[in-house]
Amino acid sequence: MYNLYDLQQYWWLLVSVIGAFFVFMMFVQGGQTLLNTIAKNEDEKDLIINSLGRKWEIGFSSLVMFGGALFAAFPLFYAVSFGGAYYVWMAILFCFIIQAVSYEYRKKPNNFFGQIFYEKLLFINGSLGIFLIGVALGTLFTGGNFEVNDMNLSHWTNPYYGLEALLNPFNVVFGLVLVFLSRIQALLYFYNSLDNEVIHKRIISILKREFSIFLPFFLLFVVSLLLLNGYSFDPNTNKIYIQSYKFLNNFLQTPILLITILLGVVLFLYAIYNTLAKKQSNSIWFLGIGTIMIVTSIMMSLGVNYTVIYPSISNIQSSLTIVNSSGSLYTLEVMSVVSLLVPVVLGYIIVVWRSMDKTKLSIDEVKSDHHHY
Amino acid sequence: MEASDLLTDWSRAQFALTALYHWLFVPLTLGLTFIVAIMESIYVKTGDIWWKKTTKFWMSLLAINFAIGLATGIIMEFEFGTNWSNYSWIVGDIFGAPLAIEGLMAFFMESTFFAVMFFGWDKVSAKMHLTSTWLVAIGSNLSALWILIANGWMQHPVGMKFNPDTARNEMDNFAQVIFNPNAVSKFLHTVSGGYVMASLFVMGISAWYLLKKRDILFAKRSIIVSASFGLITSIFLIVSGDESAYNVAQTQPMKLAAMEGLYQGKTDAGIVAVGILNSKKEVDNNEEPFLFEIEIPEALSFLAYHSTAAYVPGIKDLVYGNKDKGILSVKEKMAQGKLAVNALRTYKDAKKINDTKTAQAALKVFEENQKYMGYGYLKNEKQAIPSVALSFYSFHTMVTLGSWFLLLFILALYFTLKEKLQNNKWLLYSMLFTIPLGYVAQETGWIVAEVGRQPWAIQDMLPVGMATSNVASSSVQVTFWLFAILFTGLLIAEVKIMLTQIKLGVNGESKDV
Repeated sequence: MYNLYDLQQYWWLLVSVIGAFFVFMMFVQGGQTLLNTIAKNEDEKDLIINSLGRKWEIGFSSLVMFGGALFAAFPLFYAVSFGGAYYVWMAILFCFIIQAVSYEYRKKPNNFFGQIFYEKLLFINGSLGIFLIGVALGTLFTGGNFEVNDMNLSHWTNPYYGLEALLNPFNVVFGLVLVFLSRIQALLYFYNSLDNEVIHKRIISILKREFSIFLPFFLLFVVSLLLLNGYSFDPNTNKIYIQSYKFLNNFLQTPILLITILLGVVLFLYAIYNTLAKKQSNSIWFLGIGTIMIVTSIMMSLGVNYTVIYPSISNIQSSLTIVNSSGSLYTLEVMSVVSLLVPVVLGYIIVVWRSMDKTKLSIDEVKSDHHHY
Repeated sequence: MEASDLLTDWSRAQFALTALYHWLFVPLTLGLTFIVAIMESIYVKTGDIWWKKTTKFWMSLLAINFAIGLATGIIMEFEFGTNWSNYSWIVGDIFGAPLAIEGLMAFFMESTFFAVMFFGWDKVSAKMHLTSTWLVAIGSNLSALWILIANGWMQHPVGMKFNPDTARNEMDNFAQVIFNPNAVSKFLHTVSGGYVMASLFVMGISAWYLLKKRDILFAKRSIIVSASFGLITSIFLIVSGDESAYNVAQTQPMKLAAMEGLYQGKTDAGIVAVGILNSKKEVDNNEEPFLFEIEIPEALSFLAYHSTAAYVPGIKDLVYGNKDKGILSVKEKMAQGKLAVNALRTYKDAKKINDTKTAQAALKVFEENQKYMGYGYLKNEKQAIPSVALSFYSFHTMVTLGSWFLLLFILALYFTLKEKLQNNKWLLYSMLFTIPLGYVAQETGWIVAEVGRQPWAIQDMLPVGMATSNVASSSVQVTFWLFAILFTGLLIAEVKIMLTQIKLGVNGESKDV
């Protein structure tokens, strides 16, 4: 009925979808970086923060889930990447630790550091945190400096422990794409969830600027990806070799991926048009679904066609694939049964989201709420 | 000190630091979510607006605590990868599953319904809101369940087999992992500890209001709920603690011996009720283990094996062996372990050159000695002994405080029901000053659990020195100090905010009621 490779692909798909959902939830981070751009007074700042404050924990949970799924399904990837690119992952974690307290403590009296400090932490989380995640994800395509021995124990081959990834233009562009994507998502989220005409007008003009910055970075990223030399493995010998235009071939040879990413781009562009031209507040949903489709396809392009998911620059044969880095058949089976809960989780997130957002958030509501941020 | 030892020590220090900080906040969340759910249930049932007000006040303190609990918690999952990458590979096939399930089943439940709990009072029906509050409580406790299943497995690994081809342990029985007796007792003991902690917190703050003669009705009601909840859960805490100790005796006898400072095994072994360890005592000298001790006769034998006549092995027996009792020495285990380690190496080398005969012979040797493979990585037999002083004092501090908490809940309820609590200043002060003691009991409990099982990352299977990532110890030192500074700063902020909110009181927070 199924074999180990099927389950490995299924789990890479799940990791891709969870990762894509996390990228969608990055609108929270994008909103944090736009706080002082959109809001022009304290009431507006409170409105922005309180709108994001009702959603940030879902994004936080998505990140944890992304890590947990990688750990359970691809433990060798988890071990090699986290244990090797030590500084990058630690920097990412620091950026997320500071998010968790900032919403709750920002406005509380006697908060030790002052309101501005917590707002700066939110900015760091939204900018540096997201940029570094992009850089780290970029290394799935460009590789890392690690070696794995025959006992599957790994080490990093330089003393920079992942920071060298910042020197690779592809990784940097990936990071910037995520930063500007998160800001565009935030603008459409605010357009949908806030009851404030003044802010709506500002969003339209900021969106034009942000989209014009995002678009060249995104196009550069897509072109680079399609021209990139990728790494493949031979399913019979597990030998790894470099292949020209690997990802272009992956998309052409896997029509479902090509269709998904193209549909995603169409939805994305429609969302922008729907906001700028028609002033429709439901655009975030087109944008969100489009984003999830695009990111899932890009991540999944690593999981098809015998592609390496984490190339080793130091020793090509140490590269990781969904085959050599995955959990055992039994564990993947158990986890696959557990994964049937995913629709349930998505279901209650949708129900709660709808009931909490059925009326748009206003400054008056924030002021009257006993537990506002 | 060798570079690898330095790396192990700093990796352990960082994990200990982050875990100890994280555990300052988790128990309160585990218990306080239930306490506010109970209070809100009373409000929904009675319609009494005072209960809504009371619920909202404790919720506001919960939110302050919850935020920093999340902040300190995210690092715990990722540290298994960043600092314990060999561990992540060698046992990730088993250990990763409960962590992923925790994310899926618990974190999303908590985070989704958290928003309703705090911001949904006027957006959803009262019943929907109450359901959300209960789901946050259940989600928090589910999170504890899965992480303690993972931790229980580290203390007593079951449901897996070693695969020499991948050089890792692979899960072969998920039910055994979930229903591992060690995990079950650990979960029950840990969450009931959290309920007791939250009860002490609510009771102690309420006592402060009574001492200040303000918010009297609110404080009395809070004391009734928290003392009742605390009393019930304290009894549960003691029962689960007994079960936990029983499991330790069966699966981690060295930990039990260290907890009791028991060097020489014996039948009719007693528990040291009060004692001061002799710092000159080593396993290989004849010094007395205690400078002073008061012992409860036969209690340890009964606790460990449910029989007063049972033999409890001491540290000496476990290190040097005891043929009469069928206990192998650490040296013998190390010898077998080294055979297994070398056989695995030979097997891998033979497989590379397709030497099937050598590979099969090596595999046979490996399988015969695999049980003690972890011991093959130890450098000397004394490495098998955890810190006796830390284990002993932590254990006895935890038990003594746990007994005091039970007494305090009884007294608080008795005097409240007799309506004599307000005038009983010594009791009110005791309730107030017991809050920090609750935190001490929580932290010492984890010190017993984690220090007591050293040198093992996975009991008898994987020593901590083999489990670390291969990064420079200086890199771990950098992040250790960054965590120390960041978490200390956040802790100061949290305490200051919490104290200010408490001073503002129930009327300062709930403007809309």
